[in-house]
Amino acid sequence: MRVLNLLKIAYKAIVLNKLRTLLTMLGIIIGVASVIAMLAIGEGSKESIRTTISSMGSNMITVRPGEDDRGPARGSGGDVQTLTLNDYKEIKEKSTLLNYITPVVNGGGQVINGSNNWPSTIYGVYPEYLDIKVVGLQSGSMFTDAEVQSASKVVLLGQTVVDNIFPDGEDPIGKLIRFNSIPFTVIGVLEEKGENTFGQDQDDIVIAPFSTVQKRILAIDYLNQIMASAASEDDAPEAVTQVTEILRAQHKLLDYEDDDFTVRSMEELISTFSSTSEMLTVLLVAVAGISLLIGGIGIMNIMYVSVKERTKEIGLRMAVGGKGSDILMQFLIEAILISITGGVLGVILGLSATVFIEKFLHWPTSVAMYSIVISFAVCAITGIFFGWYPARKAAALDPITALRYE
Amino acid sequence: MPVALMKVHLCHKDREGKDNNIMSKEIIKIENLKRDFTMGTETVHALKGISYTIHEGEFVTIMGSSGSGKSTMLNILGCLDQPTSGTYEIDGVSMKDLSRNELATIRNEKIGFIFQSYNLLARTSAIENVELPLLYNSKVSTEERRERAIKALEMVGLADRLHHTPAQLSGGQQQRVAIARSLVNNPVLILADEATGNLDTRTSYEIMSLFQELNKQGITITFVTHEPDIATFSSRTIVLKDGNIIQDYLNDNIQSAAEELAKLPKEDH
Repeated sequence: MRVLNLLKIAYKAIVLNKLRTLLTMLGIIIGVASVIAMLAIGEGSKESIRTTISSMGSNMITVRPGEDDRGPARGSGGDVQTLTLNDYKEIKEKSTLLNYITPVVNGGGQVINGSNNWPSTIYGVYPEYLDIKVVGLQSGSMFTDAEVQSASKVVLLGQTVVDNIFPDGEDPIGKLIRFNSIPFTVIGVLEEKGENTFGQDQDDIVIAPFSTVQKRILAIDYLNQIMASAASEDDAPEAVTQVTEILRAQHKLLDYEDDDFTVRSMEELISTFSSTSEMLTVLLVAVAGISLLIGGIGIMNIMYVSVKERTKEIGLRMAVGGKGSDILMQFLIEAILISITGGVLGVILGLSATVFIEKFLHWPTSVAMYSIVISFAVCAITGIFFGWYPARKAAALDPITALRYE
Repeated sequence: MPVALMKVHLCHKDREGKDNNIMSKEIIKIENLKRDFTMGTETVHALKGISYTIHEGEFVTIMGSSGSGKSTMLNILGCLDQPTSGTYEIDGVSMKDLSRNELATIRNEKIGFIFQSYNLLARTSAIENVELPLLYNSKVSTEERRERAIKALEMVGLADRLHHTPAQLSGGQQQRVAIARSLVNNPVLILADEATGNLDTRTSYEIMSLFQELNKQGITITFVTHEPDIATFSSRTIVLKDGNIIQDYLNDNIQSAAEELAKLPKEDH
């Protein structure tokens, strides 16, 4: 039996039954496409979280007062007043793994320019803040250490604040504004950063010298946090350990006492959120797996039934001289053609759906190679097996039994 | 009397007289053929030890009421089914120890089978249906396949229906396509299982006259039927009852199906 003849027979059988072929393929197409699209959404959101966090400065280390408040029973860290400027000085002096470090105090209030006002948050920091947060200036300049010393009344504004209190688009540099009741001169505008993954507007921010905010606005003697950046991303975990040791010594904590502060690196934050999105991916994979399973069962059913109902045809083919192996090859070729074509169409549909989701729903997506391979392989193999298996059973019958099959 | 039939009679005499005549070629030779079916716990003996020989050029009808074993008989002759015991030779080759694949080759090259319900591939043109057996024969090229299919359809009078699908053909025409399909591999033997069973009298006679034509050209035919008038068109009749042969006789007065057809009252259309 020439392979060419078999190909011809299989091709004719497929073409003659366009609807049956299409329905069979549909199961494979939808199975493959849905898995690819779903995993693309999962991978996409994971990646977007990762890039946003890295863009926030992946070497960044933060020290907050109070115990580790991660977990369900979240206390209000702001009320704890265990972090002071001396802690900052101690870390700055003793740490060997940090490039930059700044104390941070922050508080909410109204930013006012004439009749325009806008509620925002003011951060009191040292000039190193910009290097730690990896944020540049759009215009103007940063305040100096001297201005921090003298508690100068100068501020830098985020773009959102500028947009809201200077609605006419004038240049804010050199303008006098007020934060609550205290007048400030605008000396710079921060680079636009947009929203982060958690939907927070990173441009809704006012930055002023540390001492100005601590003394003149908040009138407190403790810190809200200390921000620092490790010399490199690789140093970050060790820097966290080092800072922790310095602070424990500084706070004279005994061995059995818990930390009264929390040191966290961005790396940790990334892994926290990654594990969240990892969970999301696991969920999506589970859903995808189930749809793959259901798709597989669908393919199995339709293949099984469509071959089974052709038992009589198989009987006839055997009666006119088709060998069992010829019949089997024919159905195998048919199943392969249908499964491969369906799989390819499924991949195309899945990728188009992904593009569509990205373009029109603005969800971040990222197509993972493994999702294409796995979904394609599972659907194709299911299709081929369940096209082949009932054919094998039919081809093993006596021709007359197959012919009489109803 | 046509030459072919003369020969048949001669051959038959040989069989009866246990003489050896080199002229007669045994197409079918079965001895003590038995076929049992197991239905649950019961065993049904469909064939209880049948022996006979059919020689080249004979037109044999196998008759019997339903359940007599005639279809079982034919399926075994056509290598679609296997006997429980006994020997069976086609064209001098014993079927006893052949593998499934070898049997398929025998079906493909030596036998043409015609079914009561035509068994054509749906949505497939007449010519492609006729080509089917040759697709399973790698010795036949694409061109030769097409040529032989057209020739076979011309023989059954469907030269103008090559590209019609079964749905576009009448029952008689569908059976003609099936006959063409059985002829296309130049078989030594054509087996027909109630080939006229689904057809009206007129169409039946048309088909029978076609069979007589083919038989005159030297093709051996075995035809299962339960209609006595069909049997009158054949040269020999074997009657089965309950798995045994109760009668085996030569037909001395073979009717011409074409003549009988002419005698039928004209239909008004």
